[in-house]
Amino acid sequence: MEVIGMDEIYKSLAEIVDEEYVSNRKEELYIYSQDPGMMEPHEPDYVVMPKTTEEVQKIVKLANKEKIPIVPVGGSMSLSGLVIPHRGGIALDLKRMDRVLEVNEKSRHVVVEAGMTQGKLKAYLERRHPDLRHSIPDAPPSATIVGNIVIHGQGRLTQQYGFNSDMVTGLEIVLPTGEVCKIGTCSVSPYWFALAPLPDLAGLFLGWFGTTGVITKLGLKLYPNKKIRDAEVFVVEDPNLVPDIIYRLTHTEMTEDIVLGAQPYPPIFKDIIMIMILITGDSEEEIEFKRRMIWDALRTYIDSKEGGFSMLTPDMKQNLLKMPSDDTTKLADVLKGGGFEYAGPIIPVEKYPETYKKLLELTSKYGITFGHAGRVIGRSHCMMFSFAYPFNRADPDNIERTKKALHETNVASLDIGGVPWKPEVPSQKMIMERMDKNTLELMKRVKKLLDPNGIMNPGNWEAK
Amino acid sequence: MPELKLKFNEKLCATCPTYDCLVRCQYMNIDKDTAKAEMQKMIHNEDSFVLHQCATCYACEEYCKRGNHPFYLITDLQEKRGIFPIPKPLVKQWVNACIPGRRDIQQFWGAKEPVISLCVFPEYVDSIQGKLFEDVSIIMGRYVCCQPGYVHFGNPSIIRERLPRMIENIAKHNFKEVIFFHDECYSAFTSYAPAYGIEVPFKPIHFFDYLYNKLKEHEGEIKLLNIKVAYQRPCTSRLTPKKEHFVDDILSLIGVKRIERKYDRENCLCCAGTIRGQQRYDLFVDVQKRNVEDMVNAGAEYCVFNCPACFNSLSEAVAKKGIKPIMMHDLCKLALGEKTAGWK
Repeated sequence: MEVIGMDEIYKSLAEIVDEEYVSNRKEELYIYSQDPGMMEPHEPDYVVMPKTTEEVQKIVKLANKEKIPIVPVGGSMSLSGLVIPHRGGIALDLKRMDRVLEVNEKSRHVVVEAGMTQGKLKAYLERRHPDLRHSIPDAPPSATIVGNIVIHGQGRLTQQYGFNSDMVTGLEIVLPTGEVCKIGTCSVSPYWFALAPLPDLAGLFLGWFGTTGVITKLGLKLYPNKKIRDAEVFVVEDPNLVPDIIYRLTHTEMTEDIVLGAQPYPPIFKDIIMIMILITGDSEEEIEFKRRMIWDALRTYIDSKEGGFSMLTPDMKQNLLKMPSDDTTKLADVLKGGGFEYAGPIIPVEKYPETYKKLLELTSKYGITFGHAGRVIGRSHCMMFSFAYPFNRADPDNIERTKKALHETNVASLDIGGVPWKPEVPSQKMIMERMDKNTLELMKRVKKLLDPNGIMNPGNWEAK
Repeated sequence: MPELKLKFNEKLCATCPTYDCLVRCQYMNIDKDTAKAEMQKMIHNEDSFVLHQCATCYACEEYCKRGNHPFYLITDLQEKRGIFPIPKPLVKQWVNACIPGRRDIQQFWGAKEPVISLCVFPEYVDSIQGKLFEDVSIIMGRYVCCQPGYVHFGNPSIIRERLPRMIENIAKHNFKEVIFFHDECYSAFTSYAPAYGIEVPFKPIHFFDYLYNKLKEHEGEIKLLNIKVAYQRPCTSRLTPKKEHFVDDILSLIGVKRIERKYDRENCLCCAGTIRGQQRYDLFVDVQKRNVEDMVNAGAEYCVFNCPACFNSLSEAVAKKGIKPIMMHDLCKLALGEKTAGWK
């Protein structure tokens, strides 16, 4: 096969998207070479910003023909280097594809393009469909809907409805070989209302980090947007109490979201686990009813004095109700060094105490600071447990200690029985080493079938 | 350091003709005979239902007209008997939150009087602005936090451990007078400290005393507000009732009518923040409801707060009923044609 020169590729890309939306300039490649996390930077050779599925299709066909790596890029917010072009090639930035294509009010779903951001969809729904909402993750508003879905992200409604990826109603995919493919009812009907009752092919793309195709459109479930939101914070010292507290809270089915937090500073938070409980209602009476249910559910721990509800000031409450929360963003730069990494294994809820103790052990061992957040997924079906480590990029020793802590965190997460969430490449390898051999083989076959030339986001989920 | 002991006169209590300390309690229904019996039990370090049901609202200190200290007796005994009115993690949080600052705060040195201590409420710095606060110096933070809140938590010995250090921190700056923004701070230095024989080498001035005198200086610029307000007394004002006249003095000066209502002055209700902290949710709701309804029925347009903690606890409830929550100093600023710093 004839390999065309680099300039030819640039020209070909420019013909597809117009010269304004393709670049191989150093300063622009630099931006796509890294994220705030620990993974080594690596520049792409080109950045291209398509506007339509047809343009994506042409770019993918070009990449496949020339066997050039191609990395779909959303908001670049994963922190674990999932869109760092480890082997160069084309960074396919989807941010220009940011339209809402359809909102179906009665069937409560929306169809968006791949570059739609969390912030833009939130604003769109608030303005045009104030009774509807989507499950907003606590990522910056520039994070994309599709980016969050392909990493099995979580959001404000996860405790009620599962992972955000469980809320997908349909997909449009450009396969690595260039075919455009629809998944779900939209493959049969004009309506994007569900993945069922068809054979579920969405799993070929969710959680794969763009290694099996480029999602160009997405159908997503929307949910009732209640008029009032309120918050309670239940605090305990003993991590052993947490699984039962979560069990009791989820049993009420009264909560919008349950988020856990712990951090060593300021002193008011030292050795304390905070369980943030969000409730919603259309009236004060509904809020009050739910609040009482929640208080009653935890009465045992109140009576034993082992736990209690905090008094929240108006500004504390306002902060808790922010969507998205900016707490993680604030924590990210607490050391003023521009480095932030976190491992967030998905764990069984009963493993919370063990995981929490490991967090304290590792941060003490490596002398690093931390922020811990956790989010209950489903009705106590599992939870995300984040070990968030801010670090100073100007301090090599701090980087080294953080790197070691991160590695041990991932090992410990797997030892405990959890699975690292949105794992960076070394952690993906750890997971695959422990994976059932036949499952790994199946992954390899699927990958080979869909991406015979291995062009899609190479380096990620590479089963050897 | 020798143990600081409460100055409590047992004989005075034994001969009390009223036992108003407990009989007038808003949160327990106690007749005079029961009150006498329970006080005797507590004097003799015995258990009493009072220790378990006390809302820690401080009111008994004010109801006792003989200057004895029934509230401090109750809280000392709660600690002695290991009775935690509030869940342990909440206590731990607040014990940690106000650990005395170890370092001296450099900017305090050279601070010129008048000096206002904002305790641990830095969020109010923006509001200490304008004509009333020209040329004031502000000190704040854990370095100067007066610590009396622990009477709510069943561990008042922490106050006795920390308060002398706070006094020392402030005293070494040689301020002759310090104005205390937080009623609780003022009461710590003028009530709690003397009750345990702790000397205070500077003169504590209540914030309202300062406000009144500054308003007098600007009397010609005052535009009467002509509004009706409810006043929410903070718990610690029960410790220092002698300065309460400043509330009426200020309101009168700026043309504000303090509405007559059931739950005001000595019969006031607690903001219920501590009751919520005690996890007595039904009582919390009931107390706030009665209090706010009383304000509504009496025609209050504003609810004026003295204490930031009361504001945090009650402002949302009053606002939901159409009454505007406002701190006293912000109300004074309105009377001088100035803007408030906004809702914190």
